[in-house]
Amino acid sequence: MIMLVWLELQKMFKKWRTFIGFIAIGILTVIVQLALYFTGQRMIDYQMKSIEQSFVMVGNLFNGYFIARLILGALIVHVPILIILVGGDLLAGEATAGTYRMILTRPVSRFQIVTAKFIAGWLYVILLLVFLAFLSVGVSLIIFGSGPLLSFGGSKLIIFTESDILWRFFCAYAFAFLSMATVISISIFFSSLVQNAIGPIAASMALIIILLILSVIPVDFLQNLKPYFFTSHMTQWDGFFGDPVDYKEILKSVWFLLAHVIVIYGITIYIFIKKDILS
Amino acid sequence: MNSEQIIEVRGLTKKFGNLTAVDNLDLNVFRGDVFGFLGPNGAGKSTTIRMLLSLIKPTSGSIKIFGSSIKENRKKIFSKIGAIVEKPDFYLYLSAYKNLEILGKLSGTDTSKKKIMEMLELVGLERRYKSKVKTYSHGMKQRLGIAQALLHDPELIILDEPTTGLDPQGMKEIRDLIIYLSRTKGKTVFLSSHILHEVELIATRMIILSKGAVQVEGTVDELLKSEKVSVSFEVDNVEEALSSVNESAWKEKFKSSSKNEIIFELAKNEIAELNKFFIEKGFAVSAVIPVRSLEDYFLRITEGGLK
Repeated sequence: MIMLVWLELQKMFKKWRTFIGFIAIGILTVIVQLALYFTGQRMIDYQMKSIEQSFVMVGNLFNGYFIARLILGALIVHVPILIILVGGDLLAGEATAGTYRMILTRPVSRFQIVTAKFIAGWLYVILLLVFLAFLSVGVSLIIFGSGPLLSFGGSKLIIFTESDILWRFFCAYAFAFLSMATVISISIFFSSLVQNAIGPIAASMALIIILLILSVIPVDFLQNLKPYFFTSHMTQWDGFFGDPVDYKEILKSVWFLLAHVIVIYGITIYIFIKKDILS
Repeated sequence: MNSEQIIEVRGLTKKFGNLTAVDNLDLNVFRGDVFGFLGPNGAGKSTTIRMLLSLIKPTSGSIKIFGSSIKENRKKIFSKIGAIVEKPDFYLYLSAYKNLEILGKLSGTDTSKKKIMEMLELVGLERRYKSKVKTYSHGMKQRLGIAQALLHDPELIILDEPTTGLDPQGMKEIRDLIIYLSRTKGKTVFLSSHILHEVELIATRMIILSKGAVQVEGTVDELLKSEKVSVSFEVDNVEEALSSVNESAWKEKFKSSSKNEIIFELAKNEIAELNKFFIEKGFAVSAVIPVRSLEDYFLRITEGGLK
């Protein structure tokens, strides 16, 4: 299995589309960092204006952690689009290229091939998030320095001390992995149904957009359904920047997303094993 | 003929909705055979091959390869099969070398540089091993297809139209390679083709498939011997030659004549006898030309004229 996953990664990283996500994240992060470098202080001064009359703020609040949190919040919504580009191509790409005929006539089972594709997809998500973490946390700390993290939770202002921050980022990124693993699993599932990558990419995007739109429409029926949309659970990473952390809610979302991943993986395996390869 | 059965197919049927692509097919391929699997486009050849390789599931029937079912023993069976199914497709964004390395690893075989280069040399692609496959011509991809099929030294080689897109020299090279693999290396070859001439040159046994069903089955010699062909004899004196023919048993075989030639309908083994007859009667035979080609035979069978 390790060899199959390694082969999948080699194929994946020889394709141009695989790097679109890294390039997009790289460009966006640098732009956000540059913009904040020149104008960010004004932004934080404005936000602090109302409370400066009551409190004396000491230390560097406009620091790398603050920027990293801002970038994570802004980009994590769009990362699924980048992930889908790769996930949608994982199985459909083989059908388009006609290479199913080559790989499925080898002494490896379809179960192994699909499992290797899923694992490679999840590893891609990890790499993309590690890259995002490196740029948003690592580089921001180098440029903007360290300090306490200012967190606005609704009407509440929370300030975390330096020693209380890194684990929150680590957990937030681990949760983000689960969210993105759900997204890439959905795109691989769609990818197993068709012979062209465009369909699964469009279908996965459409599904996410539809669920996001439905979850913001203020109609009772839809609001009752909202907890059952996987998209509603994808933003729970933010819970790690609350005080106290609502572990019950986070765990509920973890199980919900994990169940999605397992069920989607199972269905994809079933479909692929039964599938006639006509490409 | 070796009696060890390599492929055993019984009552194989595949339906796509109302269309019956393969209809109750029985097939026996023995060790050492170069088995010609003939049929026009749409006869069900590729569907059969896809079922043999478990790319598609039969509607009914059974397939045994090396004595066991693919369902039960897939890994072991597939480690002994090399195949080209329809046109060989590769990862176009990778080099020929990398493609072979990936496919070799999937086959669990030696993927050392030496081994891969040996295969590329065998098919004449060693100079382009670094080039991405997207820069390859169809013929080069076809050669690479042969290389990937042979990479893990399989016992059974399934080739679906392996000479498609090759120039005459390339076609001959592939034919020679198949003969070498069969006669020298003892491989069993399942060769699908719509070119009867190609099968005649290579195959030991063959079946002709049409509309999903077997029309003819047997050794190539048997099938071609039993078939009558129209043969034109160009002789120096047609009138006198015709008189001699009319006085002999060859009169029954006479079909037509013109200024320079006399045409007979003969079994394949009678051609040499008639030639001898003319020479013994003192006629100079300048040419013996089959008028009805093997393709006619093939066409008649696949059009349903012969059972």
